[in-house]
Amino acid sequence: MGTGLNPSYFIGLSAALFAIGAFGAISKKNAIAVLISIELMLSAVNINLVAINKFLTPEAFIGQIFAIFVITVAAAEVGLGLAIVIAIFRNRHSVNLDDFDLMKW
Amino acid sequence: MVEFALGHAWLVPLLPAMAFAIIVFLTRPLPKLSSSISVLAMASSFVLAAAIAYGVFTNPHFIEEPLVYSLRWFGMEEFTVKVGVMLDPTSAMMLFMVSLVATLIQIYSTGYMEGDPQYSVFFSYMSLFAASMLGLVISSNLLQMFVMWELVGLCSYLLIGFYTFKISAREAAKKAFMTTRIGDFGMLLGLLFLQILFGTLDLTELAQRVPNYEQLGISIGLLTLIAILVFIGPIGKSGQFPLHVWLPDAMEGPTPVSALIHAATMVVAGVYLVGRTLFLFAEVPGAMEVVAFTGAFTALFAATIAITQREIKRILAYSTVSQLGYMMLALGVGSLSASMFHLWTHAFFKALMFLAAGSVLHALHDKADVWKMGGLIKKMPITGWTFVIGGLAIAGIPPFAGFWSKDEILAVTLQYANHGHGFGYVLFFMAAFTAFLTAFYMWRMIFLAFFGQEKPENHPHESPLNMTFPLMVLAGFATVGGLVGTPWANLWGEWIHFGQPHHGEPAYGLMLLSVVIAVAGIGLAYMLYLKDEEKQRAKQLAEKYQAIYNLSYNKYYIDELYQWFTRKVVDAGAKVLYWFDIYFVDGVVNGLAKFTRVSGQGFRYFQTGKMQTYALFFFLGLLVITVVLAFGDSTSAGIMGGVKS
Repeated sequence: MGTGLNPSYFIGLSAALFAIGAFGAISKKNAIAVLISIELMLSAVNINLVAINKFLTPEAFIGQIFAIFVITVAAAEVGLGLAIVIAIFRNRHSVNLDDFDLMKW
Repeated sequence: MVEFALGHAWLVPLLPAMAFAIIVFLTRPLPKLSSSISVLAMASSFVLAAAIAYGVFTNPHFIEEPLVYSLRWFGMEEFTVKVGVMLDPTSAMMLFMVSLVATLIQIYSTGYMEGDPQYSVFFSYMSLFAASMLGLVISSNLLQMFVMWELVGLCSYLLIGFYTFKISAREAAKKAFMTTRIGDFGMLLGLLFLQILFGTLDLTELAQRVPNYEQLGISIGLLTLIAILVFIGPIGKSGQFPLHVWLPDAMEGPTPVSALIHAATMVVAGVYLVGRTLFLFAEVPGAMEVVAFTGAFTALFAATIAITQREIKRILAYSTVSQLGYMMLALGVGSLSASMFHLWTHAFFKALMFLAAGSVLHALHDKADVWKMGGLIKKMPITGWTFVIGGLAIAGIPPFAGFWSKDEILAVTLQYANHGHGFGYVLFFMAAFTAFLTAFYMWRMIFLAFFGQEKPENHPHESPLNMTFPLMVLAGFATVGGLVGTPWANLWGEWIHFGQPHHGEPAYGLMLLSVVIAVAGIGLAYMLYLKDEEKQRAKQLAEKYQAIYNLSYNKYYIDELYQWFTRKVVDAGAKVLYWFDIYFVDGVVNGLAKFTRVSGQGFRYFQTGKMQTYALFFFLGLLVITVVLAFGDSTSAGIMGGVKS
């Protein structure tokens, strides 16, 4: 690892990505955009996992395997989320999250 | 037989209790069968009780060495309560007397209650009443006694209010229940004190421990308090002043009930309890004085009321209150034998007079005013003459039973006074004056009701044999029942006593005095109510001393005083407590509920239904946790899950 890279770059990148994703997930009105923001947060996590694995235990692949799991689960989740969004759209002709307050008091 | 009876004394209360259960659960629709079962059970109890009395009498078990059978009732570690049977002369005598009187009253009731729609129920209650009283009598333990005591109270409530269609009967039942309950509360406190301080309620154990109260670190003041608390129970139950008000009203029940209450069960329970716990009272002279004064005052007080009452049963009721006062007086001056002796003789002549009064009411269709009777003795000779015997007995004419017992009470009171208790003479004078009044009011009633001119509107007839037979038996006991305790051969005093048996020389002067008093009372009644046929003189006297007459006729307005007290003071107190309850106690509870509701109402606006809001809170929470974990001290980190750097 003779490069000038050190873990803080990765963690910084990951934190930035996560923050952007979180901000998007909370503030976006469009349901699709929220799903994309969630993907961003998951990516941030994956970067962390891979980078920390590289620096702590380069001989093992624990982080990478975890990242693959996360990607798999995320894919499934997004598939499900999209299905819900489409179902709602069919009923309400809208993907604006502000309209979806069925569980209100 | 005697051995069996001594070993199976618990059967005496159990038999009538079983009769109660059988009638209630099985034979209620069959009145004749019910009454037969009831009478049979009672009579068997009497036979057993007689055998027990014989057994205790022949192999002397004195009060110091009673025959006790007991077994563990319940307990926790060092605290054990036993249940058992205690046989000594006092309880043996009581068993005999109570079961005898109860049997006779039940036989009488088969005639008196004839045709009543509640006939079976009446007999079941009467059986339970007798059972609880007999259970009380044989109790070896004050807790057991208290249970029976309350059962007696319950039965009296049921029976006084037996005519549920009569408002007055219901009111009287309530009054009896609540008044005696006031007494029971004091008594329960006393019993609790005894249990806490002496660690037992067993009568024999208490009798051993109480005299050593100083070694247990108990002051005489505390012991006096306990004794007086215990005494409050008998004040209520035995109709002592000022809790006597229920007893005259208790005649609202059927007459046999009045007879049973006034002679053998309810009211003597109090006297008996004081007799049983006399070892406690004997330790504290202050409490004894309270007992003696309460007794003497009650005796005199009730007698002054009785002289102006008009209803036959009411006169008898006040005479009961008065006679119970005598018994308490005797206990207060320390003579168990005199008290129990009077209890014994009183049971016979008072039961007799109540049953005879019932017979009169039966004949006159419940017309109770003695002024509206007259000349009954011709039409109802058995009732009349047995009543006269009762009247002679209570007035204290020798050789009738009441003379001996009343004379003994006077004698022990005088002896008490002579032993340096100066106020003992006051007690003696009160007792003697009460004797005079007793003779007067009793014979006033007898002259008015049974002698003199017949009233043409009345058509009396003699009662059937099942009613007159008990009268005759009781008249027999009222005549000779006192001979067991004459001053010449005081078998009674030898047998039933507390401490050393009392050996007094026959006091001829005192005997003469009490005869003179009795004759004077009867003579005055004769002068006022019989000789002067038109009864003008009595009327004139009443008009001349209107104020005193009214005071006596209205029972010193004690009832009105209580009425006022409950209406004004108790109700006002209740209002304050009601306010406190509604606004404070309920306020706290309702306030908590209201707080929960209001805060819930506030918090529900956080529930926007929007996923993003929830996510925002989630991230905020995460942020807080992260900050605390990163920068917080170790305690907060500890709270957050034990993460420590």
